[in-house]
Amino acid sequence: MTPLKPISAARKALYGIAFFVLFVAAWSAATLGGLVSPTFLADPLTMVREGYTLFAKYGFAKDVALTIWRVVGGFILAAAVAVPLGIAMGAYKPIEAFFEPFVSFARYLPASAFIPLLILWAGIGEMQKLLVIFIGSFFQVVLMVAVTVGSVRRDLVEAAYTLGANARGIVRRVLLPSSAPAIAETLRLVLGWAWTYVIVAELIGASSGIGHMITDSQALLNTGQIIFGIIVIGMIGLVSDFAFKWANQRLFPWSLA
Amino acid sequence: MSRLAIEDVSRIFPAGRGHAPTVALEPTTLAVGDNDFISILGPSGCGKSTLLRIVAGLDAPTSGRVLLDGVPVRGPGADRGMVFQSYTLFPWLTVRENICFGLREKGVPQTVQSDTAARYIDRVGLRGFENHYPKMLSGGMQQRTAIARALANEPKILLLDEPFGALDNQTRALMQELLLGIWEAEKKTVLFVTHDIEEAIFVAGRVAVMTARPGRIKWEMAVELPHPRHYTVKTSAVFSALKARLTEEIRVEALRASAASDATAAISG
Repeated sequence: MTPLKPISAARKALYGIAFFVLFVAAWSAATLGGLVSPTFLADPLTMVREGYTLFAKYGFAKDVALTIWRVVGGFILAAAVAVPLGIAMGAYKPIEAFFEPFVSFARYLPASAFIPLLILWAGIGEMQKLLVIFIGSFFQVVLMVAVTVGSVRRDLVEAAYTLGANARGIVRRVLLPSSAPAIAETLRLVLGWAWTYVIVAELIGASSGIGHMITDSQALLNTGQIIFGIIVIGMIGLVSDFAFKWANQRLFPWSLA
Repeated sequence: MSRLAIEDVSRIFPAGRGHAPTVALEPTTLAVGDNDFISILGPSGCGKSTLLRIVAGLDAPTSGRVLLDGVPVRGPGADRGMVFQSYTLFPWLTVRENICFGLREKGVPQTVQSDTAARYIDRVGLRGFENHYPKMLSGGMQQRTAIARALANEPKILLLDEPFGALDNQTRALMQELLLGIWEAEKKTVLFVTHDIEEAIFVAGRVAVMTARPGRIKWEMAVELPHPRHYTVKTSAVFSALKARLTEEIRVEALRASAASDATAAISG
């Protein structure tokens, strides 16, 4: 191996798949080989069978749909407020000075610790789930967008000024397009975090969703279903990640090297 | 009356943590007539870029003022087009869209925008590349687009801050000819900052030499070479004499600058 030397696409795919194969093989060896008791860890075959049962008998598809709806709903709400605020903070220093200290503080408030309070305020309905996602994503997006917009190349801004742009033109036609790819990247990243918040919200005080299924299965010591639930979350995350990357490549062809 | 008047403009960068105030520019005066092409030549760090940024309105003078057609400069504006040393094309816009940027900001109708863009694309020899993004262009092509972008806005004066500084020698020579050709054809008022002596002479009608930091214009020299100038003029006797003269002037300043930095090193070291 040579540092930083690229490899061919075929080999890259091969290596990526190889890890999954090894992972499942080690898991199978540990469980089917009897090294780990089924009480603690189900084997892959049981996991697949339990997964089938979940969809066929217990209407798991509805849980999956609900969880996706909560994540996407809460995330869109957060992004709809956070992105404009972040842009305003990045572009205008007085606005940044006003909000930044509080947002930096609020960013470290753990979203999951708000759950008991949110249950008190909003009950255990959908609003509570959306709020958990909102609190978990909002402050992160605000700060990251503000930093992105604030670090737009100064020489581009200066060039725009010498071409006659006013403040409004600078924000709309320089800061925005210049930061758009990085903002999209921020959203992709934070959406991934939102997935962990929704599951936590569903573990406590919920009657539906993937997280709720996982707590139910825990009570029944059904590790197959728990693992299946976790893998489903991983798969959805992977799909949304690919969708974001694909959309970014289509939307911002100029930003690719 | 001159088109651009720089009157006793100085710039002192205020003291920061652990360093004294820096005098970047001592009171400097320069008059630029209509359709003049003036090179500002000086050793690196002499404040020539600072002077140009003040004319552009991107920096404010500590004292003195800049007048454009008798009106004091208060900030950047479309009447002073600028080309930077760094590549400053907007990467999300194509060549054509970059050239139209200023016109769009002014609210010029679409049809006029595309006519103007087409004209300047031809002028800088970029036909066929209108729909390319900047990252697909070479450095020389990017700077040609930047020149076209500044010219398309029809500024009263064109400010060039070492626009060919990052290019290789061959491309650089071709760019000088291109710029000179545009000036010969369209008669623009140009202020051109460079540290390259040959470049300063070849393109300009007048060369203003700056002292080492803190800079000021210490001497101006007319370049009486006929137009249109061909690149072979660079090997002529007249050109060589001008070059020898300027080399001497610049060498003195470079020596002073290096002596000054040695002295600073001796004090702080």
